Amino acid sequence: MEIFWYIAIGIVLTVFFILDGYDFGAGIIHLFFAKEEKDKEVITKSAGLFWDSNEVWLVAAGGMLFMAFPTFYASVFSGFYLPLIIVLWLIIFRAIGLEFRGQFKYQMWKDIWDKSFGVSSLLLALFFGIALGNIVRGVNLGSVENGVSAHEGHYFFLPLWDSSFSPLTDHPGVIDWFTIIIGLIAVVTLAIHGANWIILKTNSTINNKLKGVIFKLNIALAILTIFSLIVWQYVNPNSLDNFIHKPYLLIFPIIYLTGLIGLFFIKKIKKDSHAFVLSSLLILGGITSSLASLFPVILPSINDKHEHLTIYNTSAAEYGLSVALTWGIIGFALIVVYFIIQKRLLSGKIDNMDYGH
Amino acid sequence: MEDMIFYDRLQFAFTITFHYIFPQLTMGLSLMIVYFKWKFLRTQIEKYNNAAKFFMKIFAINFTMGVVTGIPMEFQFGTNWAKFSELTGGIIGQTLAMEGMFSFFLESSFLALFIFGEKLMGQKLHFLTGFLVFLGSWASGWFILATNAWMQNPVGHEILENGKFVLENFSELFTNPWLLPAFLHNQMASVVTSAFVVASIGAFYILRDKHSEYGRLFLKTGVIFGLISSVLVAFPTGDWNAKNVAKYQPGTFAAMEGIFETEDAGAEIVLIGQPNMVDKKLDNKIAVPNILSFLTYQEWDKQIPGMDQFEEDELPDNIPALYYSYHIMVGLGTIFIGVMALALFFLWRKKLYTIKPLLWTIMFLVPFPYIANITGWYTAELGRQPYLVYGLLRTSDGISPTVSSGNTLFTLLGFVALYMLLGLLFLVLVGKTINQGPTPQKH
Repeated sequence: MEIFWYIAIGIVLTVFFILDGYDFGAGIIHLFFAKEEKDKEVITKSAGLFWDSNEVWLVAAGGMLFMAFPTFYASVFSGFYLPLIIVLWLIIFRAIGLEFRGQFKYQMWKDIWDKSFGVSSLLLALFFGIALGNIVRGVNLGSVENGVSAHEGHYFFLPLWDSSFSPLTDHPGVIDWFTIIIGLIAVVTLAIHGANWIILKTNSTINNKLKGVIFKLNIALAILTIFSLIVWQYVNPNSLDNFIHKPYLLIFPIIYLTGLIGLFFIKKIKKDSHAFVLSSLLILGGITSSLASLFPVILPSINDKHEHLTIYNTSAAEYGLSVALTWGIIGFALIVVYFIIQKRLLSGKIDNMDYGH
Repeated sequence: MEDMIFYDRLQFAFTITFHYIFPQLTMGLSLMIVYFKWKFLRTQIEKYNNAAKFFMKIFAINFTMGVVTGIPMEFQFGTNWAKFSELTGGIIGQTLAMEGMFSFFLESSFLALFIFGEKLMGQKLHFLTGFLVFLGSWASGWFILATNAWMQNPVGHEILENGKFVLENFSELFTNPWLLPAFLHNQMASVVTSAFVVASIGAFYILRDKHSEYGRLFLKTGVIFGLISSVLVAFPTGDWNAKNVAKYQPGTFAAMEGIFETEDAGAEIVLIGQPNMVDKKLDNKIAVPNILSFLTYQEWDKQIPGMDQFEEDELPDNIPALYYSYHIMVGLGTIFIGVMALALFFLWRKKLYTIKPLLWTIMFLVPFPYIANITGWYTAELGRQPYLVYGLLRTSDGISPTVSSGNTLFTLLGFVALYMLLGLLFLVLVGKTINQGPTPQKH
């Protein structure tokens, strides 16, 4: 039952990053490449029409995590207190940037919300990557002072950073050079994904240029990926164990590689949707590979006084999980139906649609 | 430790108060939009369709604000109330996750279709999407209140040795005797808010002699919805809730009603008076004897326990705030019934659109349903203190053990600043939409 919920939450989170990922990415592209008003407008529309129905996946993931793994939910959310609250603020800034930009015609008004949307998209992508970095690195669970643990085994609190910025100390902060590398990977990945979305969804004049941008970003991503794999070994020496013992898990890194290699041929890809699928594979493969390397651990402890948080020692009781399975399947089926209806009716290029407030 | 609880509570109170401004309007307004759309389908008069679309614009702004201020609510359970989340997540996680899956998805998927899809879908399907938005928003209220009902009157669980609450009977979460009355009361109260907003915009148009055709439609519809809902808020739903409080939280009931001492015979109902916590009595009291006993138990001389019957640490920790919240809610509710009844009387006599003082009153009353709704919510929440889960888990045992008060204060200040900005933008946008009016858009 724990494994089922673990997979279910993993799927919902992955869907969230694929869906909301494209509007984060659109924000990053918008920030750096959209110079003309027409481009700015269609890009914000391509994200603005969908962000709230994408964001519900985050709410659903949060709710499911709360229900299925309450101990994990409680310790991680209070442990990463500051970064999480900052993420909430950024989500708010991004949303109002998207929703309010078109409300007034003044140039200054639009500029402010464009920056709000772009910068908060960039920072959110970075923070989500950093969060993943923290999870694969592990944290000092229930910090130990003079051999005595200061809190119960699963409670901790991480400062934003400590002065050394190193993942190798006893008390690493949320931000260190390792988590920043993972953060950058997230930014580049989502930027590629967002660019593909813009190409898919709009007739923007920058679409041709974006293919070149994707190619360059893909090179950067390949370099960052190789580099991160090397340092990963230093930060968490056990990270390859799962793949060695259960070679079928290698399917996940292969999914990632397929996306990465495929996107090198971006200029030859005829159908825009194929490129979008490839960058979705990047996200899918990246998240699942990280989770597979840890399984069944969901938050490693870097001190030896406390055991790792796993799906087994943080889960809710059996009865609750099995009841939730019943309504969860019904709920999930409904969501798929809504999703298909919505995407069908709102398919096609944004520019050709009647859209306006 | 005291600081930590104080800032955590203040932050939750602040963020939920601000959040609750938006869903209370969207829940009621979605019903009125469905009404306008239905009227259009039946009569084919374009005016009704334009009215539905106009209020959908206001709905959409409110919905956005509700979403962006609602996501922090879910996260705050984990960030600020980690111990509470860990102990009760197996139970309230159910209802909160169901809210996400069953209602939030429904509402947000079909909202986009309702706003952008009229030409793609045809009128009947367009009505259907509007109806699904309404269904989603009410289902949201249902699941949130199921969560709250469990905290007010915990059912269907077992407590393990380590203090964790484990779900034992899922269906009891939704057959909780607290839930249905609280839900109906809350939904009716949100219809009151939306009816006042609609009526107030109508009054504004008539007074300014602008979009007057719509002004009359909005005012009429708002007054009819307003009177029906404000009566239903008081009776039977409000009455039903009060009886539940008396039954399940007698200490809270005594504090709400301001009964410091148990009387031998029936309890009086307090109309006016200020709680004096030093002398344990009400100052400047005006009360009518025996009425409270009758209202609660239909027996004139039934004894109702006063606050003297309870241990101090079992009573709510801020009795004056609870007492005033409750009395403000009840007082405003009474005023709403009066104003709306008067307006309906003049509507029936075909004079409403010309009586300026009444139109001004309706226009300026618009903040008060919000205040009534929020003080109503405070009554429930302050009344539950000093517990998070009534009788079982104290508030002081629910906070995040590792988050310092300095961090909570910092994030509280951040939320205050950010929400000030949001509030300002919200007013500007809604003001602009109202000013533009429901004239059909050019395509």
